Amino acid sequence: MTVEPILAVDGLVKHFTVKTARGVRAYKNTVQAVSNVSFSVRPGETLGLVGESGSGKTTVGRCILRLIEPTAGSVRFQGEELVGMRAERLRELRRDMQIVFQDPYASLDPRLTVGTSIAEPLEVQRIPGDHRARVKELLELVGLSPDHSRRFPHEFSGGQRQRIGIARALASNPKLLVLDEPVSALDVSIQAGVVNLLADLQDQLGLAYVFIAHDLSVVRHVSHNVAVMYLGKLVEVATAETLYERASHPYTRALLSAIPVPDPGVERGRRRIMLEGDVPSPIDPPSGCRFRTRCPKAQDHCAVEEPALVDRGQGHPVACHFPD
Amino acid sequence: MTNEVVLSLRDFRVTFPTLFGDVQAVRGIDLDVRAGEIVGVVGESGSGKSVTFLGLMGLLPKGARISGSATVNGTELVGAPRQVLREVRGRKVAMIFQDPLSALNPTHRIGHQIVEMIRAHQSMSKAAAMERAIELLNDVGIPQPRERARQYPHEFSGGMRQRVMIAMAIANDPDVLIADEPTTALDVTVQAQILEILQKIQSERQAAIVLITHDLGVVARVADRVQGMYAGRVVERGPVAALYDHPSHPYTQGLLRSLPSVGRDRLVPIPGSPPNMIEPPSGCAFRVRCPHAIDRCSLEVPTLRVVGDLESACLRADELRSVGP
Repeated sequence: MTVEPILAVDGLVKHFTVKTARGVRAYKNTVQAVSNVSFSVRPGETLGLVGESGSGKTTVGRCILRLIEPTAGSVRFQGEELVGMRAERLRELRRDMQIVFQDPYASLDPRLTVGTSIAEPLEVQRIPGDHRARVKELLELVGLSPDHSRRFPHEFSGGQRQRIGIARALASNPKLLVLDEPVSALDVSIQAGVVNLLADLQDQLGLAYVFIAHDLSVVRHVSHNVAVMYLGKLVEVATAETLYERASHPYTRALLSAIPVPDPGVERGRRRIMLEGDVPSPIDPPSGCRFRTRCPKAQDHCAVEEPALVDRGQGHPVACHFPD
Repeated sequence: MTNEVVLSLRDFRVTFPTLFGDVQAVRGIDLDVRAGEIVGVVGESGSGKSVTFLGLMGLLPKGARISGSATVNGTELVGAPRQVLREVRGRKVAMIFQDPLSALNPTHRIGHQIVEMIRAHQSMSKAAAMERAIELLNDVGIPQPRERARQYPHEFSGGMRQRVMIAMAIANDPDVLIADEPTTALDVTVQAQILEILQKIQSERQAAIVLITHDLGVVARVADRVQGMYAGRVVERGPVAALYDHPSHPYTQGLLRSLPSVGRDRLVPIPGSPPNMIEPPSGCAFRVRCPHAIDRCSLEVPTLRVVGDLESACLRADELRSVGP
């Protein structure tokens, strides 16, 4: 606990304004994508950020890098406040924090050679040195051949493209990577290789990761700590081991029981917590606890008072009035 | 397992001619599906799992060449005239897809679309068909079905749309339901709901269900039997429990080993990537990625043969069986 966090997010809020039409009139509504989210990540550590669609996990990832402006709250990177920071300094700091996107088909420019794509951040950041040599080094680092630098993205498979995306993110020698669903577009046999690569890079380079994903079994495999989001709020934060063995928020428990396990014996013997319905709209989230409309344990009190994310003394904060 | 076979494929093949040569997407598949069972068809992208079933439904683009045999309750679909296909599709075989939004007409009310489906195959008054549609929506777990039937697709969430698709698919009580990645676009908690509905259809209507998926967890949860595909061929098949317990084909073993699981520190990827289907490797298509390949693998196309409780298309299946997943 003596190591200072490299990233500390405190009270992060992001609201989007959307127009909705009712009849011929347009109304402005506020989508509460992220509400009061706080967590921290230490160097060399992976925080898994999980949740279903609409939970706000991707928005959190983008707010960290200020790819979108947070509405309120604080994001401190290596002790420096990013929110409200002027653009020049932010650009300098972005050397140290990079992002890898989900879709390796969309995130690479089809008209640039792989080498040019990987060298781009070096140029944007005006990093001195032999860029060509650095590109070759990066390609080797992610398990590709240095000769690949002159080829175009369409010549590569999904798994290889994702490696190129990682190489590009690593170009400026960052200390923090935000990985937004980095393996969900890949087939399982390919996914395993990219997951291993990320683990190796973390060991070699001491990187900190924010690993955003909806696949809980992959998150468990890669993360030290896991934060579970539901409708813009954190509902539970714990070490990966604790979360998967002693989850205490009813949502986390339902989510864990919903993931299919590739073992027919286990699958058929399991008791599942089935949730009713879908995630409500973040335009008009339920009062009190946002999960109460689908929660098997909800009581009247849950509609009135919002449960705070409280650590009950085990280093395992949970936002629930009636945790298990 | 004594139920009758309702869907049967024999040496089923699909080829797409292209400028660069013929893409041999499906290269001779055999499959029997019985009433009341769920058969999982698994494989990675490009293995031919979707193309097989789009092909038998006659839903592939013009130019696709289909050969072999596909019968539903004895009716041959390969080369069948349009009239026969039209009667079989929707009535005897129905299909649901990964993306329900693109399968629904955005300009028509949900109820109307189900009514259309019913009246295409049964003579029934509009009012009676609407009552039936509302009943179906209720069966698939849509609350307030009468009100919902008057709404448009955009007013439904992803999970609810998939329920509508299922309602439409079972509207004419088909013998076979083909579900092509039905839960891939959905969140896990919603996925669990949809899988439960499929199981209900299996047990209550004794429908034969083909579940096409890449998710080995989904298959483990609901399928009775599983058929693994690679490069347009079946590599291994059998009862679900046996396949997960002691797979004997190196590809199935590799797939199971590449998944994260408790106590597995390091994942084991399958090296390389799937082959180009214009010129697939000779012999066993998996040999180029296989850790156990021998010279013979390039000379001989391995056929399915019985290995324990499974059928495996690997020359070395007997020795590899003991290796485990």
